Amino acid sequence: MSIKGKAYLMGAFEHPLRDAPTTSTPQLHAECARGALIDAGLTKDDVDGYFCAGDAPGFGGLSMIDYMGLKNVRHLDSTETGGSSYIVHVGHAAQAIAAGKCSVALITLAGRPRHGGRRPGAGMAAAGGGGALSDGPPEAGFENIYGGSTHNTYGMCAMRHMYEYGTTSEQLAWIKVAASHHAQWNEHAFLRDVVTVEEVVSSRMIADPLHLLDCCVVTDGGGALIVTSPEVARSLNRPKVRVLGAGEAPKGPRGGLDLDLTHSGAVWSGPRAFEEAGVTPADIKYASIYDSFTITVLMQIEDLGFCKKGEGGKFVSDGGLISGVGKLPFNTDGGGLCNNHPTNRGGITKVIEAVRQLRGEAHPKVQVRNCDLAIAHGTGGSLGTRHCAATVIMEREG
Amino acid sequence: MSEASAHMTRPIPAPAVSIETKPFWDAAAEGRFLIKRCTECQKAFWYPRAMCPFCMSAETVWEESPGEGVIYTYSVMHRSPTGPYAIGYVTLNEGPAVLTNFVDVAPDGLAIGMKVRVKFQPTEGGPPAPVFAPA
Repeated sequence: MSIKGKAYLMGAFEHPLRDAPTTSTPQLHAECARGALIDAGLTKDDVDGYFCAGDAPGFGGLSMIDYMGLKNVRHLDSTETGGSSYIVHVGHAAQAIAAGKCSVALITLAGRPRHGGRRPGAGMAAAGGGGALSDGPPEAGFENIYGGSTHNTYGMCAMRHMYEYGTTSEQLAWIKVAASHHAQWNEHAFLRDVVTVEEVVSSRMIADPLHLLDCCVVTDGGGALIVTSPEVARSLNRPKVRVLGAGEAPKGPRGGLDLDLTHSGAVWSGPRAFEEAGVTPADIKYASIYDSFTITVLMQIEDLGFCKKGEGGKFVSDGGLISGVGKLPFNTDGGGLCNNHPTNRGGITKVIEAVRQLRGEAHPKVQVRNCDLAIAHGTGGSLGTRHCAATVIMEREG
Repeated sequence: MSEASAHMTRPIPAPAVSIETKPFWDAAAEGRFLIKRCTECQKAFWYPRAMCPFCMSAETVWEESPGEGVIYTYSVMHRSPTGPYAIGYVTLNEGPAVLTNFVDVAPDGLAIGMKVRVKFQPTEGGPPAPVFAPA
């Protein structure tokens, strides 16, 4: 069974806050849910499927379902793959809808890392000490003691990519430059200043070879999506964004033999999604690509087949990712690098901007002409250890 | 440059020891570096676990390793209250890649392909942890 054409993205909402000192995390989830339902023209009583990940407080979806007063949920999914969770959820929602398990699926993400929530760098906390035996994650004792953070584990990938393919810091910087060109038009973007390659490579080194401006922003906030059945979609007065294909793929060190940090799980999730959708990378008009760091974008663009492996540096240079300028307009909201990376998870905003582009509702300065086919792709966890790649391909109907 | 930053050191927290991995840490306390090998498919693997990640055999054994290999990749973390430190992977001569810290080397002294050897660093209240220094 395929999900092609069996489900529609009919609601998308990105919380306008980037700093939320006085709004709780459950409240942010609920406000995002309300925003997406209003966008779709639905109410909470229409929701019969709820999807969330580890940022939702309380036993998977149970606390938020109760908080939001969702009375008609008959399908739950709290698959957790870090920042890519919400892209995974779009695929899972489409599957559940295709199987008749629900017809209106709500996906939410929210959090407040700027106000006491998780902060980047805390990703690999040690779990030992005290003399007692642990029964936690099996890799913990051998990995979590070495000061691994998102920055330096992604730095390791960048270092190896440079070694194998000659990729340069200047090439990586072009990815940030492109994001900043887009963010200048987004009134909600956390960073709106256009930056240059020189500014990126001269910003302070965080974890070799990644500079401060190679890293995404840290923001509070959240987002929500509504995925519906074709019948519900036809009843709504909104542009219809059809889900064509989805793929997911976990990747880890796998026993340590043949470790290759220069590619991501996108080499598997991408082909799965493209095959189901019946399209190729050359057909894609707009791409939302997870941008926790510049290297994340470079590797995923290669792995998804937008260029040959090792040629990503050349592909992104000279404005290759800038809307209206380059070959592949990407992250036209400014992405995680400039706009928003709510609670250190950028998956949902990737889908939201793809929906805006397919509806023709992106900012006029960055709207891609005749944008009828888009991809949203993300990586959750760590590229340098274990992660899950997730790909969704969508098209505008009519 | 101070001695500490010339030769990167970083306090290492106590590792999580499980019933499955206790032999590794007991050996570490004696200065011996163990890896796991599958007696069915003969492959060595890392991190140590009871079941072979390649063939799912339960017939795995501990094997003492000289802990020699080459740097696969690394990153020097500059955003650190205790000074810069290097995280990276070593490809052991037996095959598996091991996540670790590199010590006894200056931040600009590391290179992919450099030969390194294991040593053990005391941790904060736990058994000593394997780190790697230039061979």
